[in-house]
Amino acid sequence: MEQQFFILLSLVTIATGSLVVVARNPIHSALSLVACFVQISALFVLLGSPFLAVIQIFVYVGAIMVLFLFVIMMLDIRKEAHARFIKKGAIPTIIVLIALASELLFLLSQSSRLQMAMAPDRVVDPEQIRQLSLTLFKDFLLPFEVASVILLVALVGAVVLARNEHNNNNNNNNSSKANQATTLEVDK
Amino acid sequence: MIPISWYLILAAILFIIGGAGVLLRRNVLIVLMSLELMLNSVNINLIAFGYEMNDPRGQIMAIFIIAITAAEVAIALGILVALVRNKPTLEVDDLTIMKG
Repeated sequence: MEQQFFILLSLVTIATGSLVVVARNPIHSALSLVACFVQISALFVLLGSPFLAVIQIFVYVGAIMVLFLFVIMMLDIRKEAHARFIKKGAIPTIIVLIALASELLFLLSQSSRLQMAMAPDRVVDPEQIRQLSLTLFKDFLLPFEVASVILLVALVGAVVLARNEHNNNNNNNNSSKANQATTLEVDK
Repeated sequence: MIPISWYLILAAILFIIGGAGVLLRRNVLIVLMSLELMLNSVNINLIAFGYEMNDPRGQIMAIFIIAITAAEVAIALGILVALVRNKPTLEVDDLTIMKG
């Protein structure tokens, strides 16, 4: 039963994941990436980590992809929708990708240690999230704080990046308008 | 009972799909989305190993990866918006104004 669920989820994941790459319109690829993330969070439930599944949906689907969709709506993408998918110089890239794929899949299928290892049939105990938080806040306290500082820096940096140019433009426009006004006055 | 190698093969396939998106597509937004896909495949690997070894540290690494990804996306999209304001294109090949 679990295996059938896994096969279903992974097939949908691979299909939507390749749709992300193949779709011409960025909005279509964003929406199929949302579907892919939901499938991956279902896989996390199958892996006995429901907390990560919830985090995946909250952060990826709720925050990151909505941010992507807002940016796509802000930018003009009508020209991009007609761009050619594969350009001329793509053949070396495809060769590299096929080599990487065959290497990864060959090594994974040949590894005897991985063939033996089965994911254990473990019932998710309710103490698991408690265990997780204890480990996070005891052993990984410093990385946790560093991650929060990184998030703060990213927040401030994104605001500065998105605002700074606009203010300068406004100032420039104002100053150029002021200049025009002064020249007009001088002309008069 | 699902073999752990199934998860790893799925993650490898997703990683290759994401790599194909990064290398083949020329649209900046799709390149960033493919990057997200690659990071997610790494998350699947970490959580699968953490589940197999009954170790919460796999999930903690995945939490950190998600946090760093959120920061990265915010910065990347901020840079993208600032860049498109200066040069209205989304093609990766055209965004070479920082070349020396």
